[in-house]
Order: sequence, then structure tokens, then C-alpha cells
Amino acid sequence: MTQKFSLNVNGKTQKVEADPEMPLLYALRDDLGLNNPHFGCGLAQCGACTVHLDGKAVRSCVTPLSQVGGMKIVTLAGLGTPEKPHPLQAAYVAEEVPQCAYCINGWIMTVAAFLRDNKKPTDDDIRTALHGLKCRCGTHMAILRAVKRAATMMG
Amino acid sequence: MTRHEKSAHFSRRNLLKAGGALVVLIGAPHAFETADAADETAAVGAKPPLTPDQLSSYLAVNADGTVSTYFGKMDMGQGLSVAIRQIVAEELDVPVKNVGISIGDTATSVNQGGASGSTGVQEGGRQMRMAAAEARRVLVEMAASKLGVPADQLTVTDGVVHGKDDAAKQISYDKLIGGQYFNVHLDWNGKYGNPLYAPGKARPKDPKDHTVVGQPVPRDDIAPKVFAQTDFVTDVKVPGMMHGRMIRPDIAGAVPVSVDEGSIKHIPSAKVVWDKGFLGVVAEKEWDAIKAAKELKVSWSNAAPPFIDQAALFDHIRSAAARKHELAGKQSGDVDAAFQSPARVIEAEYQWPFQSHACMGPACALVDIKDGHVTCWSGTQKAHFVQEGLAAILQMPRDNVRVIWTTGPGSYGRNDADDCAMDAAVLAKAAGRPVRLQYMRDQGTGWDPKAPASIHKVRAELDASGNVVAWDFLSKGFSRVDVNTNGSNPRDTMAGQTLGVALQSGDGFGVPEQSYGFANKRTAWETIAPLLDRSSPLRTAHMRDPVGPQIHFASESFMDEVAAALNMDPVEFRLRYVKDPRDLAVIKAAAEKAGWQTRPSPRKDQSGDQVSGRGIAYAQRGQTRVAVIAEVEVDRSTGRIWPRKFTVAHDCGQIINPDGVHHAIENNVVQATSRTLWEEVKFDTKNVTSVDWRTYPILEVDQAPQQVDIVLINHPEIAPSGAGEASSRPTPAAIANAVFDATGVRIRRAPLSPDYVKSALS
Repeated sequence: MTQKFSLNVNGKTQKVEADPEMPLLYALRDDLGLNNPHFGCGLAQCGACTVHLDGKAVRSCVTPLSQVGGMKIVTLAGLGTPEKPHPLQAAYVAEEVPQCAYCINGWIMTVAAFLRDNKKPTDDDIRTALHGLKCRCGTHMAILRAVKRAATMMG
Repeated sequence: MTRHEKSAHFSRRNLLKAGGALVVLIGAPHAFETADAADETAAVGAKPPLTPDQLSSYLAVNADGTVSTYFGKMDMGQGLSVAIRQIVAEELDVPVKNVGISIGDTATSVNQGGASGSTGVQEGGRQMRMAAAEARRVLVEMAASKLGVPADQLTVTDGVVHGKDDAAKQISYDKLIGGQYFNVHLDWNGKYGNPLYAPGKARPKDPKDHTVVGQPVPRDDIAPKVFAQTDFVTDVKVPGMMHGRMIRPDIAGAVPVSVDEGSIKHIPSAKVVWDKGFLGVVAEKEWDAIKAAKELKVSWSNAAPPFIDQAALFDHIRSAAARKHELAGKQSGDVDAAFQSPARVIEAEYQWPFQSHACMGPACALVDIKDGHVTCWSGTQKAHFVQEGLAAILQMPRDNVRVIWTTGPGSYGRNDADDCAMDAAVLAKAAGRPVRLQYMRDQGTGWDPKAPASIHKVRAELDASGNVVAWDFLSKGFSRVDVNTNGSNPRDTMAGQTLGVALQSGDGFGVPEQSYGFANKRTAWETIAPLLDRSSPLRTAHMRDPVGPQIHFASESFMDEVAAALNMDPVEFRLRYVKDPRDLAVIKAAAEKAGWQTRPSPRKDQSGDQVSGRGIAYAQRGQTRVAVIAEVEVDRSTGRIWPRKFTVAHDCGQIINPDGVHHAIENNVVQATSRTLWEEVKFDTKNVTSVDWRTYPILEVDQAPQQVDIVLINHPEIAPSGAGEASSRPTPAAIANAVFDATGVRIRRAPLSPDYVKSALS
């Protein structure tokens, strides 16, 4: 049975009618046409679907719609714009990080939440915080450079 | 299909008029869509056919003076697009920002082979360079006629042809041909794919005059991705589209014998598509398709478990009948005679497991069949070959099929993308609606074509003075082309095989590419039959640097063994026997950059559980050569290896874009480290059991190196060769050699996972 949901996405309230067990990812992608969170695994093992729920980085592929309630959802598209980029987005562009770029929601959304709460992190802090995110193209070195660059910008 | 027809059907204007659905035009920023406008203003009939012998098949000057290029290879994220734009800008003398590129659309580009063997610059760039040079020559001649100045007294600056001595005599490219087609014939060699070559009369510039080529021009595709403005293949939608999911058997090789459609009747709009071994579902909503695929009750045929126990994999490869034996590479002397009366023989066997592409997302494709025409959006590396495959499986003329390459969830060879496009076509035909199919994670990792497992037997003969006088190298494994490198034939795809087209397993492997000058030298390979000859999750095909990592894991580990047996420093050993000057240069450059200390391996000055070591390996890949030095730390108590630092020296001839090469090398080294330390397809007798990131782990960021130092050796005078794969090749042996240096223990099997290394060290 479907239910009606009212979602606060990137500052706008949007209506969705769907199965309450359906993961948020499909509501964002298919019902609201927000393509930036990607399906990578559906198992919370990779991060490609990451969005912020009330500021916390969450894997939308395993988050049922029924649990979202009125929490504020921010996707990569809502994090920053070319005119007003989030420091990490600016750093990603400056360091030319991505290869295929399918993984970047996970890294950028997770790191954005991490750097907000952790000023001047050490290399080890960064590496530990990012454990569990996957990048299959092997852009790890560039990711770490971008995170450090953004940390400096935000520090 | 011509570009004019493409324009009529697909211009963004028409699509936007047609409805609210998002449909993507690939690659070209807004300014470059003027090529479509050109289609509409040019005289009908003046449009040359889209054939390799036409200059207009590669580029056009738009009405506003910008240049559109049409490229039949694909950029899988390594920055090929900007490299091609630089090459074209260089030859045409236009600003690189004014050159747009459209990639891998069968309606606008000829078959240049797709992403294949790191030939994007080497072959694809060569052709675009010749085309751009010819375009400049033709434009200067047109200008000469208009201006009344001999062509040899004209030059070009930023797209304006002007007198060398009289700058007032000038005319811009757009005034000469803007918005119209080149009608210029090229001298095509008659070949499609990688070897396609069609020069004009022009000679390209002397490399010493290059100002754009060789510069670190930034990629322009990154910002749109970082700001969520790029549509991936997974994001494309068309009106009336349904979602599909495929259903695979628990026992590989089983086929459905009955399907209970009633088991999903509670799911709105869900329908079964079942034909022989092909089984999928479609539904209006993606979540409903996922649920239907999960809940559909299927009875499967009573197939016997097709696989061997994984513990017996390498025994199986060793004992299986060789289906083909081939000598390959440069042979010298008489190896059998040399081994008749050796002073000393060193021999070893190395083992490499099946590996999965395990791309960041499972493959996705959208197929729309309408009015006798097919449009497919796919992340394939080879759009023009998928076009042929779709035509075959849908039994339609190839020219009625358009494949639009759209950036996908990663690609390192023949992954699951081509299978997905073919499956989507079967679903779309059955549903009578456009179908977007994405595989699930377990299908992306469990059912993609695999990199072949193999063993490698190596022996060397030393004379009484410690000289290597003979070397004998034999690989034996599953074929790199059990299924072919592209989906152009249904027999090489899951859709074809599940529908009953018999596999024709091909034979291919490879040999080391190095320049060791041993007097007697033999390199050969043998292939064995696949474990299951149809719809197998262990079917094997090309994965990044196909069979290169495993072959050079063996050959370069073995060279280290020989050096150690002779108590020689590993770099000294290579400098003594390697013959090619460019090979020697990368070895020396890496050693110098890394501050290599000359001494034999292993180290003898360490005790305790925490030890460290260094190792070198080198290889050629075509005309590219790479040396990699790994510095590792090993925890003997856990078996965990951390490659703290890599130093890479890389020579791929002329460098088009040093930033692009730098990133390509770095990412190759990290991915190859992942393959060396972590990656192994697991299977039981029924099926592949490594189906997600827990069961198929890859390198985590906290295990990434601290430092990757790269020395780029640029040879502007030497034609560029590939950088997309070469650094994957020596990395595994560099790591294993460093582990030997640290521990004195030689690990001859990948992956060097903690459990395996711990057991090897105890």
C-alpha cells in the first residue's frame, strides 16, 4: 500500500506517494527527478547514495521513506552551486578528483558532514572517518588531497 | 543513419518541444549544439555520409566559429576528451575552449574502436590530429582564394586566417565554412575500430611547434559532475519508460522451468519477461521492478553444480587440457637445448585468481524501440559494437539502431555494460515500451565477465659464473576472450546465451612485454576451456590491462627471485639484462627519484613484527614503459601489508596533457594495489559467492598509500602511446618484491590478503 509523504528536499517541500518501505533513494531519483544520489549497492556498503538528513550523512539506499518524516534532506545538488560552491566541491574541481565520478556523492556528502564537525583533522582522522566509502577507479590519492584542501579552506 | 537525420529526430529543441521528459544530449555544452543548427541550414544533399573517408565525420566549424568534434572512442573518465580537444585545437590553431567534443554516439561518429587497449590518444588522437590538420589546410586554401593571397603566405591565429606579413588580409573560419559541412575526402585505410586511419593531404605540425598539446589543460567534465549537473546513463529517462530487473539462477547454468506470475500479481504493473533461459521483470516504478524480481517464484531446472571447489582452482588449471598453446613475443636461442645441461636452474609457479570489474554501480542501459528505430543509452566502452549486437538480437538493420554512449558507473574493460544493453533490448521488445534496466549489486559483482584466473610457470638457467643464459615463461589459464571484448554478437552476451545462442569461446592470453636480453628465451601461453560454457558468472574477458597484471606479477617477481639467488641488487640486475634504452631510462628514473639504496634483497637488519621493504618491477605495454618502486610495511602478526609509498617512472612518448597522465598513473597504481592485496572472486560449486563489497573487498581509503611520486618522461618526438592501463602492469610485482625484501618470504599468489600472507609468513 502506498502512502503520501511530504519531503523537505534542498529547501523545498515536495509530495511523494509511495510504498513506506521504499528507500528514500528511489523517491529522490524516480519521483522527484533528483539524479545525483546514485544506486551503487543498495546495501549501505559503498556510499554512492549518500544524502544529508538533518545534517547527518546517511545512506539513502537503506533508509525507508517511513523513517524520513520531516527531516531536512540535502543532496549533492543542494550542497553548493558553481557560483557558491561548498569548499569540498571547489576542492574536488581544483584537484580534478573524479575518474568515473559515480562515487562522489558518498565522499563529498560524508566529508562535508565530517569537516563541519572536525576542524583541522589529521591525516589519520580523515582516513579513519572515510573508511567504508568506495571508489573503484582508485582516485584515493586525489580524494585525500581534496579533503585536505577543503579542510584548510574550512579551518 | 546520417547526422542530418539525427538532427531532425534528436535536436534538443525538438525534444524539448516533444514533452517534459529529460533526454540527454551527450558531452556538448550549449555552444556546440550549433552543429545541429548547421544541419538544418545546410543544403540538403550537401551533407556527406557519416563514413570514415569524410572529413565531416570528425569535425565541423559552427556558425559562431566554435568547432565541434565527433569522436568514436570513449572517455571512461581519464580525461581523454580534453586530450582530443587539445590535439584538435593545436592543429586547427583555435583556442581549446572553442573546441567541443561529442563522444561515442553512433549517429554522429564513426567506429574508431571505442575505449580499447589505451588507444584513445594513440589511435583515436592520431586520427583526430590528421583530420584537424587537413581541416586547417582546406580552410587556408579557401582563405587564399578569397583573399587573393597564396596559401603559403597565410597563417592562422585563434581561428582567423591572415597574411603572415599583412595581418589586414584576414578571414575567420566561421566566415569560410561556419555552419556548413566539410566536403573533403580522406584517404581511409578501409578499416574500422582501433586501426581506422584516414589522413588527408596535410601534414600535422612539428611537435616542437606545439603550444596547446603538452599543457595541463583542465578537464571540463568535472565541475558539472561535482555540482550534480551531469546525467549519467542511470539518469536518462524517456516518456513511457518502464523499469526492468533481471533474475539469475542460484545454480549457474540452470534455466527456469516454471514461473509463477501470480506470485507478483500484488505488485502494480509488474510483468514477467521469460523466454528460454532469459528471465526478467518490468514495472512502471523502479521499486516495484526490484520487488517483483525478488518475489517472483521460479522453479529452475535441476542443473548439476557446474564448478569445481575453489580450493582446487589452480590444480584444475594445471591439469586441464590446454585448448590452445601459442608461442608469442620475441623468442631467441634454443631454450630446450639450453636446459639440457644447466649449471643451476631456478623455477617457480605463480597464481592469480579470477577478478571482478565490480564497478561502482552495476550496469544500466535504456532501450527505446519506436517506429522501426532503436535508441539505446549505454555506458559501454564500445557503442558502435553494441549497435551491431542490438541489431542482431532485435533482428533490425544496423542503421536503424542508434547507441548513445552516456557516462556510466565506471568501466575498466568488458564489464557488464554490454550485457545490460542487450538484456534491456529484449525486455523493451517484449514490453512494447522503452525499458531502463539496471542490474542489482549482486549481479554487477557476481555476474559480470571476469578477468581470467591463471598460473604462470617460469624457470631460468644460470651458468657457473652466475649469468642468466636461458629463460622460459609459460602462462596457462582461462581465456581473456572466452566471451569477446564487446557485445557485437549475441553469443558473447548473457541475453544471447540465455536465449540459446551457443558460446564460441575464443582463445587468447599474452606474454611478458619486456626487453631482457637473455641468449635463450621462450614465452608462451596456453588456454583452457571455461568451467561452464553458457551464461556463466565465470565467463572471462578483458579487464583493465587484460592479463597484464598477472603475467607481470609472475615475470617480475621471478626476476627478483633470480636477482636474490645471485645476491644481486634488483635494480642492478635489471640494468644488467634489460636492453631497450627507454626501458632502462624508466628504471633509472624511478630508482633515482625513490633514492634507491643498492643492496640485495631481502633486508637482513630487521626483527619484530613490524618490518618494511622496497621492491621494483617494470614492464612495457605496447610502446609505453613503466617502472614502479613500492615501499611497503608488513605486520607479520596480522599479515597486513601497507604500501606506504610508490614511485613511478612513466614514458608514453609524447604527453598530450601531463595532468591527465598523472591522474591515470595514480589511479592505475591504486586500483592495481587493490587487485594485488584484496581482490579475489569467490565461488562454490554452484555459483560465484562474492557478490557485494563485503564478499569482494577492494582497497579502502585508510589503506591507500601515503605518497605516490610520479616521474613523467616526455618524448614529444615519439608518437604518443597509451597511459590508461600501463601502470597497472608492474604494480603487483613491485609490491610482492617489496614484501620479500621486508620479510624474506616470497608470496607467489595473489591476492596478498592478510590471511594468506600471515599463513605464508608463519
